[in-house]
Amino acid sequence: MTTADDAILLEAENWVRSGRRAALATVVETWGSAPRPVGSRILVDDQGHFLGSVSGGCVEADVISAALDAVETGKPRLLEFGVADETAWRVGLSCGGKIKVYVERIDGC
Amino acid sequence: MLAKNLFALNAEIALRRPAILVTDLAAGAQRLVRRDEAGRDQLAGVLEQSFQSGASGVVTVDGAQLFIHVHLPCVRLVIVGAVHIAQVLAPMARLAGLEVAVVDPRTAFASPERFPEVDLIAQWPQDALPALRLDRRTAVVLLTHDPRIDDPGLVAALDADCFYIGALGSKKTHAKRIERLRAAGIGPAALARIHAPVGIDIGALTPPEIAVSILAELIAAQGRKALRAEEAA
Repeated sequence: MTTADDAILLEAENWVRSGRRAALATVVETWGSAPRPVGSRILVDDQGHFLGSVSGGCVEADVISAALDAVETGKPRLLEFGVADETAWRVGLSCGGKIKVYVERIDGC
Repeated sequence: MLAKNLFALNAEIALRRPAILVTDLAAGAQRLVRRDEAGRDQLAGVLEQSFQSGASGVVTVDGAQLFIHVHLPCVRLVIVGAVHIAQVLAPMARLAGLEVAVVDPRTAFASPERFPEVDLIAQWPQDALPALRLDRRTAVVLLTHDPRIDDPGLVAALDADCFYIGALGSKKTHAKRIERLRAAGIGPAALARIHAPVGIDIGALTPPEIAVSILAELIAAQGRKALRAEEAA
């Protein structure tokens, strides 16, 4: 953990306590030269504001879009990005890495 | 994630206590396991090992894919000596993701003007360090050159088994330091844990360069990844 990782969780608590609807996305598995380690998080609110990173910029747009869905539906999702996948090039994970990202809404207060 | 799990996790982090978040990636079920609860958990073996290694990852238990997310206390740097090197080292260490505190009883040195945005404690190390609760996730660097200030900090860091302990000073200064500490009853194994002269040897001259060499040595001391030289061997 770094202070930056801790800060995201603290901010998530602030958002939830102040009534902001939000989702967390977490890197759960990586292969190859993935840019961010397992456990890295991104916090997204229902307006698309976000903090943190799961890939150093490559797949953030898709993750944020999935997080917005999760805020609406409440359904968690497991996303996979990698070189074997055409979308990996499109979204920019061209570094040869592969990552799985778990997206979940923060529920109840 | 349930808000109550989030709040409970933040509470553990604030107390510098390790915790694990276990998430069933298919079902979405999630729970928080505190360090002292791991032993009697249904996943005791996996959780104990994860707390030891600090590594997060996915495990398969009874066909279920579980994400074991280990949260260890943030790595912290306590700098004894509000000197010029500390003025550079503190912000650099913060950028590298460390929590930083600076301790120096000399208020002319430990002034907020010299150390904006740093947890600054204008007290003697023997008074300040107990409240900081040094632990294995803490690094301590001693920079004053003054044994009356450095030595109590050094002893506290050795007692707490801090993962990195560095002390500024030449080989000659360090030899005298070793003599003093030996006379005070510190054993050879503990004395060997002190990095002195502090920092990796990159020919650093200026305070920012010395800060880089200290930060590099501190990062290496965490041993989170095999070094390229080790992989080749």
